[in-house]
Amino acid sequence: MKRLFAVVPLAVAVVLGGFFLWGLNPERDPSEIPSVLISQPAPEFDLPSVPGVDVPGLGRADLTDTPGPVVINVFASWCVPCKAEHAVLTRFVERYGLRLFGINYKDEPKDAATWLSDLGNPYARIGSDRSGRAGIEWGISGVPETFIVGRDGTVLYRYVGPIVGEEAVAKFTTALTQAGALDRELGS
Amino acid sequence: MIRALFLIIMLGLPGLANAVEPDEMLADPNLEARAREISRELRCVVCQNQDIDSSNAGVARDLRLLVRERLTAGDSDTEVIDFVRARYGDFVLFKPPFKPQTYALWIAPFALPAAAFVIGGILLWRARRRASVEALSDEEEALVAEVLARHGRRDEK
Repeated sequence: MKRLFAVVPLAVAVVLGGFFLWGLNPERDPSEIPSVLISQPAPEFDLPSVPGVDVPGLGRADLTDTPGPVVINVFASWCVPCKAEHAVLTRFVERYGLRLFGINYKDEPKDAATWLSDLGNPYARIGSDRSGRAGIEWGISGVPETFIVGRDGTVLYRYVGPIVGEEAVAKFTTALTQAGALDRELGS
Repeated sequence: MIRALFLIIMLGLPGLANAVEPDEMLADPNLEARAREISRELRCVVCQNQDIDSSNAGVARDLRLLVRERLTAGDSDTEVIDFVRARYGDFVLFKPPFKPQTYALWIAPFALPAAAFVIGGILLWRARRRASVEALSDEEEALVAEVLARHGRRDEK
């Protein structure tokens, strides 16, 4: 019994040390909000197309019975990092056949149309969410945010922030591969 | 007098700084009061240590409007909170719910001091009992006195 007591300080130190180690991990983002949507069916929403942009709008119905997993990117012309991310997403679409849908969040249609004609439009569908209500349905906290939705309309993955830079792209690519969202293999 | 008035005004000013804009408010003071109450329970997902009632973030404003919309539609307070919770998770609640994942959170502050008291109590009780056990019996006292007396005598030499 006494010997057992002697181990207690060591056990406490190990447990606390474990917590500290976890807390010090630079990979961990303490402000990250866990998404409730993962493994849940995508939320109900129905958005009209952006006037002046020649792709159709986006709704919940477009996410079921898709030929493969789709990516939904929440973007806005006023969002600066979105511009950098746009190049990355475009590359994914052009090289690897990614099916990309967009939610144009709290944006002026005119600005969005100009933005897309300047940078190019990689989105197969874009829903215009002027009030930000669809954004709430998706539980977003800002732009950009990107979701991977499976063929049956289940949300598989969520990425908060711009997918820019080696690390972010690698992380997103892994998620895409796991979801089977890439038609062509990477590197081919 | 002017100074006192100045002080009162200056101290009162921060109270007027409010994130809720006039166009958001509901005409019905009852509903508006309930909306404010709910807003204070909900965390802003952008500025995470602020409630949506005091946050100027765009999403916070959207959520305030949503809360009011649900209230106007006839939702109860719990229904409104559950609506937001379904989309943003327990994270948006300033007061986390009591469920298996949060048992440690809720129980630990009471359980840890209780455990400390119990362990401390046991240790003290044991120490005290040992002290009483270690006290000498009358027989032993007599023996010690005798030994001391004998040695004492020798030391005098």
